[in-house]
Amino acid sequence: MEQRNITVRTYLDFEKPIAELEGKVAELRSIGDGDGMQISEEVRKLEQKAKTALVDTYSKLTPWQKTQVARHPERPHCLDYVRELIEDFTPMAGDRYFGEDEAIMGGIGRFRGRPVMVIGHEKGSDTESRIRHNFGMAKPEGYRKAVRLMELANKFGLPVISLVDTAGAYPGIGAEERGQAEAIARSTDCCLGLGVPLIAVVIGEGGSGGAVGIASANRILMLEHAIYTVASPEAAASILWRDSAKAIDAATNMKITAQDLEDLGVIDVIIREPVGGAHRDRAAVIAACGDAIAKSLSEFANKTPEQIKQQRHERFLALGRSL
Amino acid sequence: MNWINNVVRPKIRSFLATKREVPDNLWVKCPETGQMVFYKDLEANQFVIPGSNYHMRMGAQQRLAALFDDGVYERVSVAGVAQDPLKFRDGRRYIDRLKDAKTATELEDAVLVAEGKLDGLEVVAAAQDFRFMAGSLGMAAGEAVVTGMLRAVERKAPFILFAASGGARMQEGIMSLMQMPRTTIGVQKLRDAKLPYIVVLTDPTTGGVTASYAMLGDVHIAEPGALICFAGPRVIQQTIREQLPEGFQRSEYLLAHGMIDMVVHRHKLRETLSRVASMLMNGESLPKGDLMRPAKRMNGGKPHANGHAVDGQLIESAARSAEQGVLDAEPVSEHERFDTARLERDKSVRDIETVTAKPASKDAPRN
Repeated sequence: MEQRNITVRTYLDFEKPIAELEGKVAELRSIGDGDGMQISEEVRKLEQKAKTALVDTYSKLTPWQKTQVARHPERPHCLDYVRELIEDFTPMAGDRYFGEDEAIMGGIGRFRGRPVMVIGHEKGSDTESRIRHNFGMAKPEGYRKAVRLMELANKFGLPVISLVDTAGAYPGIGAEERGQAEAIARSTDCCLGLGVPLIAVVIGEGGSGGAVGIASANRILMLEHAIYTVASPEAAASILWRDSAKAIDAATNMKITAQDLEDLGVIDVIIREPVGGAHRDRAAVIAACGDAIAKSLSEFANKTPEQIKQQRHERFLALGRSL
Repeated sequence: MNWINNVVRPKIRSFLATKREVPDNLWVKCPETGQMVFYKDLEANQFVIPGSNYHMRMGAQQRLAALFDDGVYERVSVAGVAQDPLKFRDGRRYIDRLKDAKTATELEDAVLVAEGKLDGLEVVAAAQDFRFMAGSLGMAAGEAVVTGMLRAVERKAPFILFAASGGARMQEGIMSLMQMPRTTIGVQKLRDAKLPYIVVLTDPTTGGVTASYAMLGDVHIAEPGALICFAGPRVIQQTIREQLPEGFQRSEYLLAHGMIDMVVHRHKLRETLSRVASMLMNGESLPKGDLMRPAKRMNGGKPHANGHAVDGQLIESAARSAEQGVLDAEPVSEHERFDTARLERDKSVRDIETVTAKPASKDAPRN
């Protein structure tokens, strides 16, 4: 049973009923190959039941469940989006000061025919690549590379698409030694000063300053089950209650879901995910994302650099003033 | 003191009451040496322990009073913001915590903005108060910082910021995080107006505050021994499970690592700020000085480093002063750095260069 589940898909703990139903369906299928009406009828019923359960569960996910969905190992990551949405993608590396940080990737390519700069956090998809990308937790080099690439885009008039998916900036000795705080501050500063449109999409986790550094954008889009937080629920719990086990309470209290953030005016657009989350239909969610980015970019088609920067400034200064 | 209150006449009693904060504890213990200091002496010494030179934390009002001429300043009013956007409670209601902090500190929120004169030069200054919910950055504090910066632009005055913060205010969630870009916009406005923005980093300056306006100054000055970081020592220790190097993330360490311009003793701070601000305000972009006039040697012609006069050979780098113990960065030996420590364990990796490019990632999953 366990083994079959893993080969099919990684189920989250709150998906257990769905996992059981889908498991049964698969079991019946394998034994009842062409064996009359009765089984196929049963299979259909079960399938229907599993689907209803999925729709039901995902229509009312709690903030903590969304956190788990946003961190789902099979959820499409930055490079999956780039692969599908960007033609002629040409990755670029290095901050020109210290090193290359693969937790933030970036490069130029064509988005629906138009040259753009893409930057984003990449978490990696298997053990090897996760280590290489440091689980999407960037060091100063990553943010300094982002600054370099954004400035490059600004110089040549390329819009910037930023894909946000990080638990936060990396907390390590080397990162602090090389000025993590300053690197993030400069990157935010750079975002806010661009004369080209910057569209940010929170595709998974938007974790703290590590996210803000590349997400201080003209438009902030967010996937339906993504989260965007001031600190990960675990970190917030350890700060507030000195107990990271209270992460569920923190997640519930902190307003981290796309729906809450839209109400607060922090994000502009929610991108719908397929039933059961982005990992159940990667192609669909990536296509929807592409459409949403294209729509946001088109809104800046006839704007001057000064207007684009102005819009960004006003957007952030107005934030919270009407709450 | 109860019996005094009962005996002393009302008039005298009101005189006693107007005295700012009579501390519960008249004696303060030096966190470093354990030496006991009389509170009055400490206050007179700008909250620097006389014997050990340990810099205690300071309230926003005291900070500003110590900065402006004759301690006179005018508060800049800050527009009100939503008090509890998330209706947050963590054991207690956030709104109650706010109320308590306001009463205890006599502040509206963690940042106090004021304007006044510094050696005759008009300046706008903001001081962050650690006593107010750990100086955390929420909507009100963010609004105050932005207001201060815009006020400086309006008055064409330099902006001086005293940072002290435990980071983001968790109880305001994402609205707290959004103060990072908001305050950064304020910094950009100062930059566009070509006005000096001087940051004084005091103990502690951490998290989202360091990662936004506190690290974007034209000049960064730190007080001795202040903790200045993005991720705090506790978080890092939990992540990498290694002993942290001594003096890690303290002012002197940041000075040696190129993140700040100088470490200045609190007694020299006002004079340093005044000197730096007035020179930056009198550059070529604002022609005022008479080039033909011989230079006025206020300091006998000696160069300054870290707020002290230094001799010519030390001018090369402010970070390398032999005389001032305060300026010596804590040494970090090679084996205390995380790359090399890992190298020793991982014998199979020979090439140091390739490993330093992707360090520490193996530890991340434990997080």
